[in-house]
Amino acid sequence: MINRLSHTCIYVLDQDSAYDFYVNKLGLTVNTDAPMGPDARWLTVSPKDQPDLEITLMPIRSGMMFTDETAEQMRSLVQQGAFSAGVFNTTDIFATYEELKAKGVVFSKAPKVEFYGTEAIFKDDSGNWFSLSQTS
Amino acid sequence: MQPDEYPKLYRYRRLVQAKLFIDQHFTEKINLNAIADEAYFSKYHFIRLFKTSYGYTPHQYLIRLRIEKARLLLSRPTLRIEDVSYAVGFESLYSFSLLFKKQIGQTPTQFRQHSLDRTRRLRLEPRAFIPSCLSSSGYVHDED
Repeated sequence: MINRLSHTCIYVLDQDSAYDFYVNKLGLTVNTDAPMGPDARWLTVSPKDQPDLEITLMPIRSGMMFTDETAEQMRSLVQQGAFSAGVFNTTDIFATYEELKAKGVVFSKAPKVEFYGTEAIFKDDSGNWFSLSQTS
Repeated sequence: MQPDEYPKLYRYRRLVQAKLFIDQHFTEKINLNAIADEAYFSKYHFIRLFKTSYGYTPHQYLIRLRIEKARLLLSRPTLRIEDVSYAVGFESLYSFSLLFKKQIGQTPTQFRQHSLDRTRRLRLEPRAFIPSCLSSSGYVHDED
């Protein structure tokens, strides 16, 4: 039986820019921000009410998981908006929508009542899609 | 949005501007009553709307922001705890320590020690913190 999700991963083009987007714009909390050698950084963030869910902001670079070619392909796919990365929940979607817009977050869909709740859609600074949702 | 919802939108924008003001100035001396006035809300209406939208009163939210910022600053070993307290907007080290412990569950000193230990261990034993499925992209080199 699986009980919880503790870590998840979002591939980003640039960790500094992702930090600014996820922390300063979306308002997520930094969980861990630590250098891992000269050229790597372990950066995880968490939603305010889920401090034990670590969202890893993972740079796309060639290494053990990606070859030079697949890293380039992956970067291109993320940039083109090929990936949906998740759904963020809020208790007040209209206030959050106005706030994020004021901070420069670009929405492709304003809050709209759907059968599963009220939803808006935005992209992160790399190109990953997210829903912003209020279910009650 | 329907025309009859415009007042609601206008109210949201005023509320959001008030929150953004707190977000940008939380390390300064903030008068929450003045923010309510600035946003054309009565004090009680402002507190009620803010709590409905964000889950905290403006004052609770301000304290949370300050403590959260302090948490980040405390992980820097060069800053004195007293300096962190003032840097995030507290005028008293005592109230900072009290509120920090209430929100984080540790005193600032305990938190700093824990944070520095964790960072040290993360460098020495990354596998204790980074799941294998995420470590194969180059963070953790398998030397086995």
